Amino acid sequence: MKVVLRNPRREIDVDGVRSVHALLTRLDVVAESVLVICNDELVTRDAPLKPTDVVEIRPVVSGGCR
Amino acid sequence: MIDVRRHNANFCRDCFLHHCREQVRKAIAEYSMIEPGERVLVAVSGGKDSLAAWDLLRDLGYEVDGLYLGLGIGEYSDASGEYARAYAQRIGGNLREIDLRADYGFDVPSGAKVAHRAPCGACGLSKRHLFNSAALEGDYPVVATGHNLDDEAAVLLGNVLRWDTEYLARQYPVLPGAPGFARKVKPLVRLGERETAAYCVLQGIDYIVEECPMAEGNRHLGYKDVLNALEERSPGTKAAFLNNFLDRAHARFDDVEIRQERADLQPCARCGSPTPGEVCAFCRLQERAQETPRDVPVAAPVVRERS
Repeated sequence: MKVVLRNPRREIDVDGVRSVHALLTRLDVVAESVLVICNDELVTRDAPLKPTDVVEIRPVVSGGCR
Repeated sequence: MIDVRRHNANFCRDCFLHHCREQVRKAIAEYSMIEPGERVLVAVSGGKDSLAAWDLLRDLGYEVDGLYLGLGIGEYSDASGEYARAYAQRIGGNLREIDLRADYGFDVPSGAKVAHRAPCGACGLSKRHLFNSAALEGDYPVVATGHNLDDEAAVLLGNVLRWDTEYLARQYPVLPGAPGFARKVKPLVRLGERETAAYCVLQGIDYIVEECPMAEGNRHLGYKDVLNALEERSPGTKAAFLNNFLDRAHARFDDVEIRQERADLQPCARCGSPTPGEVCAFCRLQERAQETPRDVPVAAPVVRERS
């Protein structure tokens, strides 16, 4: 599946994961620090994923401006 | 759609939006942040928190205008200003603007360099001064910022690690008004960063996702990393840390001397803002940093209105 990362924006391909939780674990991303947007919809960490999904992992942690 | 583990809940869209409104309503009520009929100036950066704050306060029926401060941090400031303007245009709202470089002859990078202080220090000093003076000039009794639960928990962690009792005494969701000072409130204090981000996504509010390039690697982010790691292991840790401090421990640090300090301030010789010395910290920073001739006026802030 295509995974879009931010800061900086880049795209990677990830295979063999079937849930948001598994994807975040594979990429070593702390779930509390991101939103996950699958096919332009917000999803929870227990949501299933398909190989054809486009998933954005959007960081939410701000260190400066609000 | 969105899981909020400290509430042990997965929310659908409508319930999540209701949740956000309720948390803001509760925070305003609990800390007496805004009285009926008071005009609010929300400090807007183009980021998720300040735009969510503006949207939620409007939704709750408050009279709210925005204030955007152009900090001169290159493309980041250009982009963040565009997001602020786009949101204001979308809601037909009144966005006031101040540009640090155009109006005061310096920006955050040059101010930080000349003053030999970290960019975040020069940025915070400029924001606090200009938000306050713009509020007074525009007759807003209240300034609202987008500080959220995660921000306040991280600040608290830093204050506790240093046992900075003066800052612990000052850390509260409301800073009361006083002569020369508007009341400062943090209505998002019961919402975490995932929640404010999710709120913007679900409401279709575009915001700047990229982080300020000058904030990279700072201590505040480090504290947030630590707290998020704890939160993963034990949901609710951040809220308990902050809320129990406010409920059970803050009063122990409340210091009469700090309140007296505020009472002993006098008008700055250049701009009239309250200051312990002859010239306030912002004017001193400007004097050292500005690249234009010294006769640039430094009286009231130059506030442009867009609506």
